Amino acid sequence: MSTTTVQSLHVRDSLTMLRRNLLHARRYPSMTLQVALIPVFLLLLFVYVFGSALGTGIGQGGDRAAYLAYLVPGILLMTAGTGSVPTAVAVCTDMAEGIVARFRTMAISRASILVGHVVGSVLQTVINLILVTAVALAIGFRPDASPVEWLAAAGLLVLFVSALTWLSVALGLLSKTPEGASNAPLPIAFLLPFVSSTFVPVASMPSWIRWFAEYQPFTTVIETVRGLLTGTGIGHNGWLAVAWSVGIAVLGFVWSRRLFDRDAH
Amino acid sequence: MNPTTPAIEATGLRKAYGEQVVLDGIDLRVPRGTIFSLLGPNGAGKTTTVQILSTLIRAAGGTARVAGHDLAAAPQSVRAAIGVTGQFSAVDNLITGAENMALMADLHHLDRREGSRVTAELLERFDLMAAADKPASAYSGGMRRRLDIAMTLVGSPEVIFLDEPTTGLDPRSRHTMWQIIRDLVDGGVTVFLTTQYLEEADQLADRIAVLSGGRIVAEGTADELKRLVPGGHVRLRFLDPAELARAAQVLGVGLRDNEALTLQVPGDGSVHTLRALLDVLDVHSVAVDSLTVHTPDLDDVFFAVTGRPDHEKVQTR
Repeated sequence: MSTTTVQSLHVRDSLTMLRRNLLHARRYPSMTLQVALIPVFLLLLFVYVFGSALGTGIGQGGDRAAYLAYLVPGILLMTAGTGSVPTAVAVCTDMAEGIVARFRTMAISRASILVGHVVGSVLQTVINLILVTAVALAIGFRPDASPVEWLAAAGLLVLFVSALTWLSVALGLLSKTPEGASNAPLPIAFLLPFVSSTFVPVASMPSWIRWFAEYQPFTTVIETVRGLLTGTGIGHNGWLAVAWSVGIAVLGFVWSRRLFDRDAH
Repeated sequence: MNPTTPAIEATGLRKAYGEQVVLDGIDLRVPRGTIFSLLGPNGAGKTTTVQILSTLIRAAGGTARVAGHDLAAAPQSVRAAIGVTGQFSAVDNLITGAENMALMADLHHLDRREGSRVTAELLERFDLMAAADKPASAYSGGMRRRLDIAMTLVGSPEVIFLDEPTTGLDPRSRHTMWQIIRDLVDGGVTVFLTTQYLEEADQLADRIAVLSGGRIVAEGTADELKRLVPGGHVRLRFLDPAELARAAQVLGVGLRDNEALTLQVPGDGSVHTLRALLDVLDVHSVAVDSLTVHTPDLDDVFFAVTGRPDHEKVQTR
């Protein structure tokens, strides 16, 4: 086979697998929707319950609207994080099914099975991001970003979501049960988004945790998105965010491939 | 593929999981267009053999060619020539039967028209038209197994692996499945079937290999294997010792039990031999109270072929 036919085989099979995963998501949407509701809930909670106090605390003019502007980028990243849970569960559940054993005995692109999951999950998380953004706009989020800045923010988010999704696929492959698969990404879904600049600036944290919070992937992406959308300083966070994203994507990809090919041809 | 090339040819296949040896060097040769049955109890290594031959897992040792392609060197060519229906159904339970079929058509790169033609034809052939738009999770065991085979056939495979295709099915579905398997071979494909039931292998297979503890302990046709089993007999029961004596005299063979008033006559219990037996008794007006048929089952075959101390392979030629 020539290179082009091999490539078109990969693309064609990946599209078939993507259709299959989107069909699953459409038939059984509950979990995907649930993970979109968590960030929406946290957004409303932090803006309307804690917003005034936190707005004063972060010292940006001290009102609720200011805190909303500060919070939204972090909530978007939390949406990216919680999306990893259904991905890991879907992959783990799928691998236990006979149909995947069938796929492995067919003359198809082997990568397509995982690529279908990744693209499907990224699309679902992007839909969730749009939903969360719509809610934020509805309650008064008014970023001053130009179209180029919006595009850059969206591009970085998609890159970061892709990276987290490959990592979640690996976690799903690693897990022996769907329960295990729903627990494995919890650090990505909750721990990292909380210990970051999502809710409060890292400068307000004690120094031993500040160092971690400042340089961990979520903060660098949050600060970059925040800078692009609301005009705060980005500094070194821009390239750090891209470096983290690419690094996590490569790690997740290589790890997934290795786990998927265990004991196989 | 050259018509004289065997569909499956394996030499010295080995597989171990840690300390546990699952396959301890097995040789197989399956001519094209035949049904070959690998017979054995749970844990004998049947599924492992299918997994190796269908490229799902790698053998630890040995070589094999499937449909003329080397398993290790050209797994993708093997995959293009085979179809696999696993013990645990290889259907996507979350989507409908028709969607499962369309998925297979897409993965075999059939164009839209060809895909829907093949799909509709197979759904019709396996009596799944009415259920085509229901999710596979709502199917009965027999329906799911039929869908499974229909999906396997979308790619027109040369060699089909059926791993315990009737395990868990009710008798009616089992007979439907048997007919399906016979029809497959009439179409020219080669079937590699695993089963725990001697009856099933007997009904379907041209040749049978008995797998026990990771080794092939006997190989031959169903009749050859059954000859290894001394247990096949018809047991006649009488009400009157005089009738028993007359029967023993008329038939001239059998193991007589004067206490139980029974006579054990060797025989395979087929309708043909039973009729012949009863005809003889009838002609001589021997009154038989009742009759039971004992056919050799897998246990008997296993006992016969594995009861040997040195575990040597028994060839029946």
